[in-house]
Amino acid sequence: MNIVKTRNEVETELKTPAFDLKAPAIDRPVTSPPRPGAEDPVAGELATTTDPPVIRIRGITKVYELGETTVHALRGVDLDVGRGEFVAIMGPSGSGKSTLMNMIGCLDQPTAGTYELDGIETSRLTDDALAEVRNKRIGFVFQMFNLLPRVPAIEQVQLPLLYSGTKNKRELAVAALESVGLGDRLNHKPSEMSGGQQQRVAIARSLVTSPALILADEPTGNLDTRSTEEILALFQNLNRERGITIVIVTHEPEVAQHTGRMVHIRDGRVHQDQTVDTPVSATDILASLPLEDDD
Amino acid sequence: MNAFEAVRVAMRALLANKLRGVLTMLGVIIGVAAVITLMSIGRGAQQQITEQVQSLGTNLIFVSPGAQRQQSNVRGAAGNAQTLSYDDAKAIGDTFNGTLALGVAPERAVMGAQLIYSGQNLQTRIVGVTPEYQDVRNFHVANGEFISPINLDARARVIILGDGVAQKLFGDTDPIGQTVRVSVFGRSGSNMQVIGVMEAKGGGAFQNLDDQAFVPLTTVSSRLQPARTPKAADMVSTITVAALSEDEVNPLIQGVGDLLRTRHKVAEDDFVVSSQQDFLATISQVTGMFTAFLGAIAGISLVVGGIGIMNIMLVSVTERTREIGIRKAVGAKRRDIMSQFLIEAIVVSAAGGIIGILIGTGLSRLLSQLNMGGQSIPSIIAPDAVILAFTVSATVGLFFGIYPAMRASRLNPIDALRYE
Repeated sequence: MNIVKTRNEVETELKTPAFDLKAPAIDRPVTSPPRPGAEDPVAGELATTTDPPVIRIRGITKVYELGETTVHALRGVDLDVGRGEFVAIMGPSGSGKSTLMNMIGCLDQPTAGTYELDGIETSRLTDDALAEVRNKRIGFVFQMFNLLPRVPAIEQVQLPLLYSGTKNKRELAVAALESVGLGDRLNHKPSEMSGGQQQRVAIARSLVTSPALILADEPTGNLDTRSTEEILALFQNLNRERGITIVIVTHEPEVAQHTGRMVHIRDGRVHQDQTVDTPVSATDILASLPLEDDD
Repeated sequence: MNAFEAVRVAMRALLANKLRGVLTMLGVIIGVAAVITLMSIGRGAQQQITEQVQSLGTNLIFVSPGAQRQQSNVRGAAGNAQTLSYDDAKAIGDTFNGTLALGVAPERAVMGAQLIYSGQNLQTRIVGVTPEYQDVRNFHVANGEFISPINLDARARVIILGDGVAQKLFGDTDPIGQTVRVSVFGRSGSNMQVIGVMEAKGGGAFQNLDDQAFVPLTTVSSRLQPARTPKAADMVSTITVAALSEDEVNPLIQGVGDLLRTRHKVAEDDFVVSSQQDFLATISQVTGMFTAFLGAIAGISLVVGGIGIMNIMLVSVTERTREIGIRKAVGAKRRDIMSQFLIEAIVVSAAGGIIGILIGTGLSRLLSQLNMGGQSIPSIIAPDAVILAFTVSATVGLFFGIYPAMRASRLNPIDALRYE
């Protein structure tokens, strides 16, 4: 069903100006014609200046010292994610998938190699500079939702804005909650919401700063089928309608089939990088599911 | 994050666990309340003592015997020497009365005296004085009469009782005209007629003025403590001189000193001249130390309260590791986390401080209104103590909040997010 491409083909495809945030493209062609000279590093650099990929990882490694043993979590990963892509990073536990996610999320820094996020070289930034990068350019969605206890949704969503010093926090937060369909639950606390709703609050929180990238770590791992499809439909919609770049880390192939590209990590390296030609539409699946009450 | 939002976040965290918040505050509350109450009591005592001393007159100077160098070259304690005489007192009066001094009152205290009346024994302080005593000390008879110059010349067997002594010995009976026996160191002693009762002065700072009796100065050496030599017979234990006004106190000290030096023909002063002001200064120094001491003890409890805050903040940081991880993931910098926890600690301690101030001031007011056995505990709520206590409590929060806040700010976001 899926056409497995070679790595080179994928890289070539990624260098193309994939997406324009300001002009939401519908029915984006999954495969673009290879750009001439994309293999040339100089041409690649030129391409970067005109439209840098959101993620540009070159040869990153991560070595942990666990007591006496040395763990090579990442053994040299190269990865590019273009603007407007919807990518699933997959891999069994122990593959280095989580470590890679931490790197992409600027929660951790590589032992060696470079990582440019949205054109910013992050691998040697200080803790506080990384915090700022996370604040402005990355939106996180976690498996455990990771909302603050006892805090109403509207304030959960305002949290990133609190740290960026944005003025019109409330309006932005309301808009973000409305875009995930929770405009009527602004003052609900996490304990008063279902898992799917909590995850939608988390997505609203990740959206509110208009980040270059939304990074979701097993976002549907704690949800039932219906909520899973709802969340995936939301992601697909955000990706398609608003051109938001989304990277999902998951071990579920069913989830990965909803994205446009699957990157398999194994033993600290990119094992396989394939384009999903016909992603599964979450909306279609939802339509086929038996109807039940949302809450 | 601005300060207002930081305080709001801190308040929410505190309200989430009210009992814990209150218990944490309790340490600071008790500390601040204790500092304020004890310092108020200290200040009250200081003022009361000062007022009592001032009520005796601020224009008094006291001449006491100095240290006497004995033949063995052992210096005795100041005040033990017998260097002042009745003649010294007369000379001071002759020289300064009317110019610098209002009057001179020599005294001779009788040690180990007992008053005996109808089978009752009462140990009290008996002082030999001259008629000037009343005016110099501003302490007068209420009933009967005081020692007259005739009594003094006649070495009369008359006695004037302090109000307390009269009450104890005679109760409701009128003591005037009655005869009491004065016994010294168990000797049979001599009978004396009560001719007057002093006004009630109340408990003084260091001695109860009502608990003494007065006899003519001359009667002491002739009848109560018979002297072996004329010099010993002439000896007095203190000479009190009243200056015309406070302005004359210092020239009078100078003049009396010069006069006694000439009279005693000594190289080294064998007497000490001090003024009421010196005495006041000493008292305020002592009571100030007493207040500071009380404050310091209470301050310790404030520190203990601070340690309580630190303890709870450390627990709170551990409990909220995940929250810290979330905040860091969405872009909180170290200083954001640091200030969040610091402000929380300061809010706890400052709130505790405010409650402590309310309790402390309330308690001091209550204490000063309480009547315990006829004596109330005076207390003055010192504004500086209130400000000090509040500042210290907020500082305690800051100080003891720093370490937990630093721990929180240094958490690794990955580990913090993974924390269960």
